[in-house]
Amino acid sequence: MLSSAHAPRLVRSPSHRLRPINSLHTAQSSPLPTTATESSQILTIRKSLLTKQTTAVDLAQSFLDRIRRTEPHLKSFLYVSPDDAILKQADELDNKIKNNEQLGPLAGVLVGIKDNICTSDMPSTAGSRILENYRPPFDATAVRKLKDSGAIVVGKTNLDEFGMGSTTEGSAYQVTANPWDLSRVPGGSSGGSAAAVSARQCVVSLGSDTGGSVRQPAAFCGVVGLKPTYGRVSRYGLVAYASSLDVIGCFGSSVADAGILLHTISGYDKFDSTSSKREVPDFTSQFAGKDYLESKPLKGLRVGVIRETFGDGVDPEVISSVRGAVTHLEELGCFVSEVSLPSFSLGLPAYYVLASSESSSNLSRYDGIRYGNQVLGDELNSLYSHSRAQGFGSEVKMRILMGTYALSAGYYDAFYKRAQQVRTIIRDSFRAALEKNDILISPASPSVAYKIGEKKDDPLAMYAGDKMTVNVNLAGLPALVLPCGFVEGGSTVLPVGFQMIGAAFDEERLLKVGHIFEQTLQGSSAVPPLVAEELTR
Amino acid sequence: MLYSTMKSIRAQTAIQEKPQPQLKVSTQTQSKKHDEILKNYEAIIGIETHVQLSTLTKAFCSCPYNYGAQPNTSICPVCMGLPGALPVLNTKVDLNRAGVPLLEIVSEPDMRTGIEAAEYAAELQRLVRYLGVSNGNMQEGSLRCDVNISIRPIGQLEFGTKVEIKNLNSFSSMSRAIDFEISRQVLLYSQGQADQIVQETRLWEEGAQKTVTMRKKEGLADYRYFPEPDLPGVTLTEEYVDGVHNSLPELPEMKRRRYERMGLNMQDVLFLTNDINVAEFFDATIAEGADLKLAANWIMGDIAAYMKNEKLSISEIKLNSHELVELISSIKGGTISGKIGKEILFELMAKGGTVKGLIKEKNLVQIADPVEIEKMVDKVLADNPKQLEQYRGGKTKLQGYFAGQVMKESKGKANPALLNKILMEKLSAKS
Repeated sequence: MLSSAHAPRLVRSPSHRLRPINSLHTAQSSPLPTTATESSQILTIRKSLLTKQTTAVDLAQSFLDRIRRTEPHLKSFLYVSPDDAILKQADELDNKIKNNEQLGPLAGVLVGIKDNICTSDMPSTAGSRILENYRPPFDATAVRKLKDSGAIVVGKTNLDEFGMGSTTEGSAYQVTANPWDLSRVPGGSSGGSAAAVSARQCVVSLGSDTGGSVRQPAAFCGVVGLKPTYGRVSRYGLVAYASSLDVIGCFGSSVADAGILLHTISGYDKFDSTSSKREVPDFTSQFAGKDYLESKPLKGLRVGVIRETFGDGVDPEVISSVRGAVTHLEELGCFVSEVSLPSFSLGLPAYYVLASSESSSNLSRYDGIRYGNQVLGDELNSLYSHSRAQGFGSEVKMRILMGTYALSAGYYDAFYKRAQQVRTIIRDSFRAALEKNDILISPASPSVAYKIGEKKDDPLAMYAGDKMTVNVNLAGLPALVLPCGFVEGGSTVLPVGFQMIGAAFDEERLLKVGHIFEQTLQGSSAVPPLVAEELTR
Repeated sequence: MLYSTMKSIRAQTAIQEKPQPQLKVSTQTQSKKHDEILKNYEAIIGIETHVQLSTLTKAFCSCPYNYGAQPNTSICPVCMGLPGALPVLNTKVDLNRAGVPLLEIVSEPDMRTGIEAAEYAAELQRLVRYLGVSNGNMQEGSLRCDVNISIRPIGQLEFGTKVEIKNLNSFSSMSRAIDFEISRQVLLYSQGQADQIVQETRLWEEGAQKTVTMRKKEGLADYRYFPEPDLPGVTLTEEYVDGVHNSLPELPEMKRRRYERMGLNMQDVLFLTNDINVAEFFDATIAEGADLKLAANWIMGDIAAYMKNEKLSISEIKLNSHELVELISSIKGGTISGKIGKEILFELMAKGGTVKGLIKEKNLVQIADPVEIEKMVDKVLADNPKQLEQYRGGKTKLQGYFAGQVMKESKGKANPALLNKILMEKLSAKS
C-alpha cells in the first residue's frame, strides 16, 4: 500500500523548478479558486467546523485513522494520545459549537509536539533513555498556549536525543522515515514533527531549533518550517540543549498555518527572562488569498542572496532549485542582489563549540537522583556515572565531552571565548546585511534528504549539513524555510527547501513574503505520494 | 581604626557554647618551645563567606523560603533544576534550600591570626545584620565561613601551600581552628616535613579540638564557568547605585565612631554596637534625652545580665527604651531611689508595664519630706535607747544601724541623703 516509488502529485517542470501560476496577472478576468483559506488547513478546519460541514470528532477520527495506517511506516511519534482522550476533547468542542460558544483560534486543530517540550499529560523523554517514562508536572508555556487556544495535542514526536543531531536517527527509541521516501531520513532533530506534518498525521507541530533543527527537516520533508527570533517564544518547558541558541519553532503545510501557530505561542513569559516584551503583531492578517494579490505583490522588496551559501559542498540541483525560487521572487517584484557574508563559514565551528559547551552544563542536571532513570552504584559517584553512562547516547556523550573540553581551564580562551567572538562578528555581519536588504536567501540545507544510515558513522559529514542554518541561531534571527522544488531521488522525487532570513522580530515580513511565494508557485504544497494515496482513500 | 571585639563576642556566644578546652597541638612540655618556634613564622589567612539573604522567596522562582520547613515542601519545577521537573521524591534529599539566594564574599589573604580572622567574620556578621539583609545566623548556616591558611617563615615572600578549613560554626571555633591549624603547619614545617602540608580541605572537629583531612585537592578546581545564557545581564544605573548608597543605615564602624565622639569609653562602645538591636535601644534611649553614661550603665549592667540569664535578646524583653528613660529620670529627679529603681527594672523586663504605673501601684514614691523623715528618725531613736546611749558613749559606728532602721521604717522609700543628714543632726544634738 505504501510505496516510495509512487509518483508525486504535482506539476514538474523539466528543471524541477515549480512553475509560477501564470493566471496571477489576470486574476480579475479569470479568478482561480485558490484562496488563503484553502492553503491553510487551520482556517479550513475553522470554516468547516463553524459552517457545520464537519465535526471536531469526525475530523479527529480521520487524523487518528491516518496515524494508525501510516505510523508503522513512518514512526514519527514516540507517543500518541489514546483515541478516547482525543475524541473526548473533540466532543467537548462540538458541544461548544452546538451551544454557539466562543471557539479558540486553534479549535479542533490536531498538534504534534516535539518530545523535548514538556507536556503534563504525556511523557516527555527528549528522545533519551535517561528520561524514559518521565512525565513533567507542568506544560511548557507554548503547549499551555496551544491548549488555551483550543488545539488538541495528538502526541509527542520523535527527535534526535536532546535535539542533538540532524537525522532523527539519534533518538534512543526509533528511527523516523521520510514520508517522501521511506528509506531516507526526515532530517533532524525535529524529524518527527516534520514528518508528521508532511504525512498529514497532524495539522501543525512544534519543533525546536538550536542550529537548524526545524528548518532542515522542514526542507527534507517538503513542509514549511519557521524558526522565530530568539526571545519571541518562551523556552519555558523546552528541555534545554544550548540555552542561548534554543528556540521553539513551528511546522505547517502552509506558511499561513506556520504563522497562525507562531502567533498562538509567541509573547513574553515571566518564566523565561530571555523572552521578549515586544508586542506580537497579528501575523495572520498577512495571509490574503491569491485573488487579492497585485501583479507585482513584492515590488521593491530588497532580497539579498547570500553568496557563500551557493558554493562548494552544495548539491548543484539544490542550487538550481533555490536559484529558481530567487527568479520567482524577482518575478514577484523583488529587487534581488547578491550579498557576501565573509564570516559565514566560521559559523559551523563556532556553533559546535558554543552549543556543546552549553549542553555540557545543561545536561549536568541528569544525575539519576531527582528524576529520570537511575542506575544504582556502590556509592553516590558510581550511581551518577552509571546513570549517565547508560542514560545518554553516544552523540550526547560526545557533545558533553567536547563542551567540557572547550570550557576547561587552559582551553577556554582558544575555544569558548574565540567562538563567542566569532558569534559577535557573525551577528554584526547579518545586521549590516539586513540593513541593506529586507530578507536574505540561502538554501535550507546543502542537500536533499539522504539515506538512513548514510551519515550515521560520520558525524563531521552530518555537522557539515548544518552550515546553512547555524549562523541564524548564532545571530538570533528569524528564518522561514519553504519548499521551492524537487529533485530526482532515484525512484521518487525529493523536496528542496530554501531559507529566508529576516531582521530580528520581523517574522511578519517573512510570513508575508513566504505566503505570497507559496500562493504563486504551483506545487509548493505538494504532498508525498503515500499521503496522496491516503488522502484519496 | 579596627577594634578587637572578640572579648564581647566571646561573652555573647558563651550563652550557646560549652566551655572549650585549650588548644592541644603539642604536649604541655613542648608548648613553650613551640611558642618560640611559632614566632619565626607568619600565617596568611583568607576567608570565603557565604551569606544567605533574608529574602521572602528564592532567587530564581517564587517559592517561599523558611528555615526548618518540612523537607521538599517549598519547591517547584524551577528550583528542582529542570525545565520541567518535579522528581520522584527522594525523602533523604531536602531541596527546600535549593535556589536560596547567597552572597559570596571573599577576603584578600590579609589576616594573620585566629582572633583577627574571627573578628573579620564577626564584623561581617554585624554588617549584614545592620543592613538587615541576612540574619547572619551561623547555626542555621545563614553565615558560613571557610578559611584558607598557609604559613611561611617570616621574611619569605612567596606563599606556602594553603589548606582550607570548613565546618566552623562559631567565631570562637574559627579562632581556635585557625590557631590549631597554624600550629600544625608550623610544627610540620619546622620539623622538615613541609611536604606533608598539602592542598586539601580539612574539617574542624569541635569535640577533638583539631582539624582533620576531609578531601585532597589536586591542583585548581576547574568549574568551567561561562556566562549564564538563561539570565540576561542586569544593568544598574548610577542613580540606582547612588540611591542604595544614600539609603544605607549607620554601619557598625560609623556607629562606633559616633559613640566614641559622644564620650563613651571603648568598652562601652564595643558592647553597645555589637548587636544592632542593643545599639538601636541605646540610641532610642538617649534620643529621648536620657543621660548617656547612665543609659549605657543600665544597658550593660542589669539589663545585659538579665538577658544573659534568661537567654533573651533585647527585643524579647518587655522593657522598652521609653521606660528606661523614665526610670533613669525618676531616679535622677529623686522620685525613687536607685535601689527601688532596680526592683522596678526587673519587673519591667519580666512583665512590662510603665515606671509611673509601678511607682503608683506599689506606692514607691521616695519620701523627701524632712518633717516625715524626722518623725521616723525620732521614733527609731526613741525605740532604741540603749543603742543611742552607746553611740553617745563613743560607739559612732552605730550610725549605720540607725540609718538602716529608719530606712526599714520608711519601707525603703526615704531619700537616703536626707535621712542621713537628719539622723546626724539628731544624733549629734545634745539632749
